[in-house]
Amino acid sequence: MNFDIGNPSYGLVFWTLIAFLLLLVLLKKFAWKPIMEAIGERERSIEDALASAEKAKEEMARLTNENEQLLKQARAERDVILKEAKELKDQLVADAKVLAQTEGAKLIEQARSEIEDQKKRALAEVKSQVSSLSLEIARKVLQKEFESEQKQEALVADLLKDVKLN
Amino acid sequence: MDFRHFFDSKKISFIAIFAVLTTFSVAQTADSATVATAAASHGAHGDEKFEPTKVIMEHISDAHDWHLWGHTSIPLPIILYTDNGLEFFLSSQFHHGEQDYVGKYYTYRLVDKKKIQVVNAAGAVDEAASKKVWDFSITKNVASMFLSVIILVLLFSSVARAYKKRDGKAPKGFQSFIEPIILFVRDDIARPNIGHTYARFMPLLLTIFFFIWFNNLLGLIPIFPGAANVTGNIAVTFVLAFVVLIVVNINGNKYYWKHILLPDVPWWLYPIMIPVELVGVISKPFALMIRLFANITAGHIIILSLISLIFVFQSLAIAPISLAFVLFMNVLELLVAALQAFIFTLLTALFIGMAVEEHH
Repeated sequence: MNFDIGNPSYGLVFWTLIAFLLLLVLLKKFAWKPIMEAIGERERSIEDALASAEKAKEEMARLTNENEQLLKQARAERDVILKEAKELKDQLVADAKVLAQTEGAKLIEQARSEIEDQKKRALAEVKSQVSSLSLEIARKVLQKEFESEQKQEALVADLLKDVKLN
Repeated sequence: MDFRHFFDSKKISFIAIFAVLTTFSVAQTADSATVATAAASHGAHGDEKFEPTKVIMEHISDAHDWHLWGHTSIPLPIILYTDNGLEFFLSSQFHHGEQDYVGKYYTYRLVDKKKIQVVNAAGAVDEAASKKVWDFSITKNVASMFLSVIILVLLFSSVARAYKKRDGKAPKGFQSFIEPIILFVRDDIARPNIGHTYARFMPLLLTIFFFIWFNNLLGLIPIFPGAANVTGNIAVTFVLAFVVLIVVNINGNKYYWKHILLPDVPWWLYPIMIPVELVGVISKPFALMIRLFANITAGHIIILSLISLIFVFQSLAIAPISLAFVLFMNVLELLVAALQAFIFTLLTALFIGMAVEEHH
């Protein structure tokens, strides 16, 4: 068997070494370097794209969250405002009621005292009227009574009669 | 070293298949070889005696011309470095070994279709003078290798151009066929075995992987431009393993050398341990060399043996069976071609990883 094992052809060794090293140098320069760089570059860009997509997603989630938070806050605020407004309204109504009541009471009181006054005044008027009328009547009666001399004398006589000189 | 990534479900089946196939193919080689020799010893009928061993050996070994068909072959340049100077001539001058060639300094004869020897005036081989002649010829293997180097450079520089042209876009066409392989070498071979310094060794690993794979595939083509058994030649695998040996030891850090020269054993064991470790330095690439050579050569021998069966039995009836087996073996060899490239690259990455590993 002639396998060349014991006697590897040095010519083939020599040319293989040259061919392989030449191939290594040429491929390194013209193939592996640009290819590995391109692959690396592309992988980096894909990674970057994925990372930025992830970031955008996070940003989106953050924004949504923020929006929700804002909405919730706004809703809570609205509730508070509504509640406050209701309270204020109730307060106002209650105040107004109280005010109206006191005012009304005051007015009634005033009216009552006015009426009392008026009544008093009217009564006083009536009294004075009555007195003046009575005086008038009395005067007229007297006048009528004492129109004649006789009568006057009779009266005087009468009076005198009563008057007993003691 | 972390091997866990090789044991996830998908890969374990891959490795298992590989193990089974390797054993199977080695066993097959032995069987076929015995059958072939046995058949040959019985002797074939007819004028021309068919010798399968000779035919097979001729096919798997190197040659000074590139056989095309029949008696037609491409002559290849012969380059001889003699003690007097360089000699250049075409292998066609030998007329397939039938004639001697009278060169500038000596007369040369092609012995056994591959060995060039000096012939003296009497027409006998001059052993002393032959030893002074160094054969640096462009043989079939060298030519085939140059061809594959040219094709690989053209192929991958065009892929690189595609990357430049389609910057940042998804791969397309041939580029999309190559990219997963490159990424496989990077993510499954280099990165897990070497660690964070893997990028420095990527050109070497990729070159080794594609060089071996492409030459394995070229070797499976039975006609020109294939037919050369490049990766099944021990000289070629020796060079590849030698490059690995150099790269591993140049890049070995202080922990690597400490492990070899000052291992963690009692001092009186050093006389045993240090030689063992030094043998380990050599034996790792040596195993690479033998594994690739043996696997590829074995595959070629099996296929040629199966073809030879037709001629051994001198019966056309055997052809369908033979061809069915050959077809099966060819498909298997397609797998082995990629697998051996993978194994060689993986072990290279592993050895580099062991040499550059940082101990914290």
